[in-house]
Amino acid sequence: MISSITKDHQRFRNIIKGRIRKDLRRFLTRGELIGREGKKAISIPVAGIDPPHFRYGDNDDSGVGAGEGKAGDQADTQGDGVGPGGDQEGKHILEVEVSLDELADILGEELQLPRIEPKGRKQITSQRDRYIGIRQTGPESLRHFKRTYRRALRRQIMTGIYDPDNPRIIFERSDKVFRSWKTVMSPQSNAVIIYMMDVSGSMGDEQKELVRLEAFWIDAWLRRNYQGIESRYIVHDVRAGEVDRDTFYRIREDGGTRISSAFKAARDLLENQYVTDEWNVYLFHFSDGDNSSESDSRECCQMLKEVLLPMCNMFGYCQVASAYGSGNFINVLHEYVPDEEKLITSRVNNKDDIYDSIKAFFSTGK
Amino acid sequence: MPNPSNSSRLTDELAKWRDIIVEYARMEELDFYETIFEVLELDQINQVAAYGGFPQRYPHWRFGMEYEKLQRQHRYGLGKIYEMVINNDPCYAYLLNDNAIVDQKTVMAHVYGHCDFFKNNIWFSQTNRRMMDEMANHATRVRRYIDRHGLEQVETFIDTCLSIENLIDPHSVFVQRQPRRGSKPTSLHEASQPTKYPAKSYMDRYINPPERLEDEKKTRTEAAAAKLNIPASPMRDVLLFILQHAPLKDWQADVLAMIREEAYYFAPQGQTKIMNEGWASYWHSTIMTNYCLRDHELVMYCDHHSGTLATSPGRLNPYKLGIELFRDIERRWNTGKHGIEYDRCEDMEERRKWQTMDPPEGRVVGKGSPGREKIFEVRAIYNDVTFIDAFLTPEFVDDQKLYHYRYDPNTGRMVVVNRDFNKIKQQMLYMLTNHGQPYIYVLDGNYRNRGELYLAHKWNGIDLQIKYAVETLKNIQKLWNRPVHLQALIDEDPMLFSFDGKQSTQQRIDEAIESPAIALD
Repeated sequence: MISSITKDHQRFRNIIKGRIRKDLRRFLTRGELIGREGKKAISIPVAGIDPPHFRYGDNDDSGVGAGEGKAGDQADTQGDGVGPGGDQEGKHILEVEVSLDELADILGEELQLPRIEPKGRKQITSQRDRYIGIRQTGPESLRHFKRTYRRALRRQIMTGIYDPDNPRIIFERSDKVFRSWKTVMSPQSNAVIIYMMDVSGSMGDEQKELVRLEAFWIDAWLRRNYQGIESRYIVHDVRAGEVDRDTFYRIREDGGTRISSAFKAARDLLENQYVTDEWNVYLFHFSDGDNSSESDSRECCQMLKEVLLPMCNMFGYCQVASAYGSGNFINVLHEYVPDEEKLITSRVNNKDDIYDSIKAFFSTGK
Repeated sequence: MPNPSNSSRLTDELAKWRDIIVEYARMEELDFYETIFEVLELDQINQVAAYGGFPQRYPHWRFGMEYEKLQRQHRYGLGKIYEMVINNDPCYAYLLNDNAIVDQKTVMAHVYGHCDFFKNNIWFSQTNRRMMDEMANHATRVRRYIDRHGLEQVETFIDTCLSIENLIDPHSVFVQRQPRRGSKPTSLHEASQPTKYPAKSYMDRYINPPERLEDEKKTRTEAAAAKLNIPASPMRDVLLFILQHAPLKDWQADVLAMIREEAYYFAPQGQTKIMNEGWASYWHSTIMTNYCLRDHELVMYCDHHSGTLATSPGRLNPYKLGIELFRDIERRWNTGKHGIEYDRCEDMEERRKWQTMDPPEGRVVGKGSPGREKIFEVRAIYNDVTFIDAFLTPEFVDDQKLYHYRYDPNTGRMVVVNRDFNKIKQQMLYMLTNHGQPYIYVLDGNYRNRGELYLAHKWNGIDLQIKYAVETLKNIQKLWNRPVHLQALIDEDPMLFSFDGKQSTQQRIDEAIESPAIALD
């Protein structure tokens, strides 16, 4: 029987999920959730859950506390105090923990994203033997000594042949028990996401914030769809190099842009470390679309068509608006790489566009 | 008796200790209903705690929210529930199964303190002592309504009601304001009967002409109907007024009545938090240190006792304040440190040294000293507000290092303002009065003769939070079904907030705005 509190709890969770879904566009477009994620769960501020009451305003923040200190000292670090002030506004906002999976599910439902079908090798599973059972027969090497001993001891005591002064325990065949194993099949679908970002002079903080938001949600959704997933980060201006996650979001470079350098770096990374038959590969490139030369743009298209697209599940190109750039790269892509369903482009001019951008990337279910 | 499922009886060792402790509690002249202890697992105790101490409550997501909070608290090691006790006859108390024996003993002693308080404090005298059954009945009834009307509808209605569950009048249970049952009923029907003059039957139609009777009946009915919707004096029990006059369906009225009943049941616990916890801590400390503590348990007992009484930044610990104040009262009455001369004395040094009689020697049992006698009296007739008002002294404030703090907008932090006794006492009383919630009154149920509801906030220093007030007003409108108004002082301006079901408005109250039937005194 399900206890009544479990029902109440489930109901509460459902209400929370409903609220998050309702506010999803806001969460998507404001950086509220960034930096709140733990290993598996994310703490989300949900407003307006508690029924409103008549209550005092916060124009008189005073109270009584106990402790050391003289007039003018800070009260909240020495001794205690209580008063009507401080958390008035905060109380109405409830911090709830939602697992990243749940959040991704909400994203998926709200954006009506189809679940991703890992490409072509559902059959590949890894097998692992786990010793979780006990049985009466088995090889001697798997004999469970402790249990066998206990059974023998019990039998001897029951039959009265146990002698406390000479406590010798002799196993019989019927005493012996053995460990048994079960083979667990775990489907293997590994994925790698490679984020590439243009960090040339024309990409400002605003643009990077957009990238960061977008990448957060891409991460959330892909993590929901694959068990093992790796993220790699490449930054480029005229040269490209791999960096760690923190650097990726912080780095600031000057100089021009040569997008092909990033594509080359991605290709090298894939060829060296990710044998593409076994990996679901996702490539995302963020740029303001201001490539240094037309010839380099064409080289990029060439590489896309011949090398990168065949290797990956999807190539997402996301062009953020910049005050400096021409933003021509997206047009070049459309012109030279038409009709490639693996290539998906989107423009993000401000935070509101992220919603549609995510939708565009994943609505194909690749 | 609806016992919590799967609860288990006390182990032999715990039962032995219960028998010992109950004997000491009786010896100390604590007086309580029979107390039944149940041992619960962590999950079960979290469930019971989420339900406010009861094994059964009506289904509502808010309890699930509480449950999650408790679970999370425990997971992060932020808190553990040691005890829980229900004001009921018999009293029910819960022990957590994996607590150490010394904790269980402390909890039992603590629980007997609570049970004595429940039974003897006057503010609890009107509470339903069969609340455990009543809560289970509520649960059954709400479930039935959910079956009949659907979860969404019932739940939304409960949410709406919870929005105003604090609008009750805890003092009203001691006052007979409604006409007694059996006294002359003044129903609408009776009040609308026209005056009939005595007349012989053949003269009747001339002395009491039917047209006049009809007319008079009509005007009287209207007048009576209008009058029924107007409280005789500003009415704090907004819930009752809505219950009596709002066009609620039967099931809705029943749900609202349940929520009101539960609010009244819990109200005394809010009114006596400091006293109740202080009293229970006083007794667990007395019983444990005088009788029940064993050598090897000492360190653990001290650790947990001081943990319970610890003061931490941001809150005034009711356990600590309560126990210290009870001890202070006991000391003062044992040494004659009270009376009009003491109260009038303003010299701090003299006050400190004040002693007109010698304290009793040796161990005092029960009411065996003037101090003990006094604290037994205090636990019977005071609540937190009167407790602080009567017994907080400048020496106590000084000893406990209390201070008055205020938010400093420059630094964004709370800063100590001063240690002025009067200011501190005033602030504490202020926080405790009405549990730190605003006073809201019904002034008119037929405002502008249009059946609109007129509420007023009685201002006593702090403005209402406008955003919340507007949202709450919307919920009241859902119940009242006609436009609702709230009069409140905001930034020293009298304002009228209104919600007519579609639109929220606010305007300054001036001559152009009609006054309600009665005024706020």
